[in-house]
Amino acid sequence: MPKGTITPTRMVLNQQKARLKTARKGHKLMKDKCDELMRQFMDIVRQNKELRLKVEEGMTAAFKSLQVASAIMSPDMLEQALLYPRQSVELDVKYKNIMSVNVPQYSFRTKNDDPSEIYPYGFAQTSGELDDALDKLAHVFEDMLQLAQVEKSTQLLAQEIEKTRRRVNALEYVMIPEFEETIKYIQMKLDENESSTKVRLLKVKDMVLKDSHDFET
Amino acid sequence: MIFMLKIAVIGGRETVMGFKALGLEACPVENLTEAKETLRKLTRDSDDYAIIYIEENLAENLTDEIDRYKDLPKPAIILIPGREGSNGLGINALNAAVERAIGTNILEN
Repeated sequence: MPKGTITPTRMVLNQQKARLKTARKGHKLMKDKCDELMRQFMDIVRQNKELRLKVEEGMTAAFKSLQVASAIMSPDMLEQALLYPRQSVELDVKYKNIMSVNVPQYSFRTKNDDPSEIYPYGFAQTSGELDDALDKLAHVFEDMLQLAQVEKSTQLLAQEIEKTRRRVNALEYVMIPEFEETIKYIQMKLDENESSTKVRLLKVKDMVLKDSHDFET
Repeated sequence: MIFMLKIAVIGGRETVMGFKALGLEACPVENLTEAKETLRKLTRDSDDYAIIYIEENLAENLTDEIDRYKDLPKPAIILIPGREGSNGLGINALNAAVERAIGTNILEN
């Protein structure tokens, strides 16, 4: 039995048929969207994994160098050397639309274009290991930025896929079967009404014939 | 749409020190409470940060705060390994996203 009270009339039948049609169309569109999202997602996830491994490796190496530097230099000296940065980074964020998901695209701009500007200290009083560590960090930074972009995209796409899939399933397993059942129910009721009317008419016809002509069938 | 935004790094003093030289905003924190406060300050009170890198061992206990921004386009909160190396939390986050989207983890191998 369909849920709620449904008046089995032709008008409601037509309404339900129209809704079923819309639901089917929506389901198809949603499913296509979900498939395409999934395809994009898989690409991005692979990229994400690669980048993450690369960044983690690079950062571990950079930290190791930094550790060596901090072992050679006194903590005060180290801090003093890095106290005031000469470089500063600004970030441009644009949004790219992947299947109605806005994913960020980062591009960064450094204040000083000279790559040697990452060393905010004089070379005389610091160890070479510190230069090395900063150099490694600067290298890994570009990948880090890429990682941020890709990882955010992964999260946003994952959310969208989850949402879309839930809608597809709701349409496929709840809405569409419900409409179909309602339509069937109304159709049956209408048929029933029709046949009962027919029988009644036949009976009336018999009665009328009998009354006026003493005609017996 | 172009904004000029900033990048922040939250972590132990030694971790963020290097990034400071690169021109990122360094936020050294001593303990978890401080990290939480800093993260809140960066996300809620200001709109200027597009990327926040946070050290894994701090992020471990801040998942509530971090998850809140998972579905928003900005800011991107990205886990980075600390000085002791990676403890796999970053990869775990990726696997969780895959599981969320697909239902099972297909990256296992």
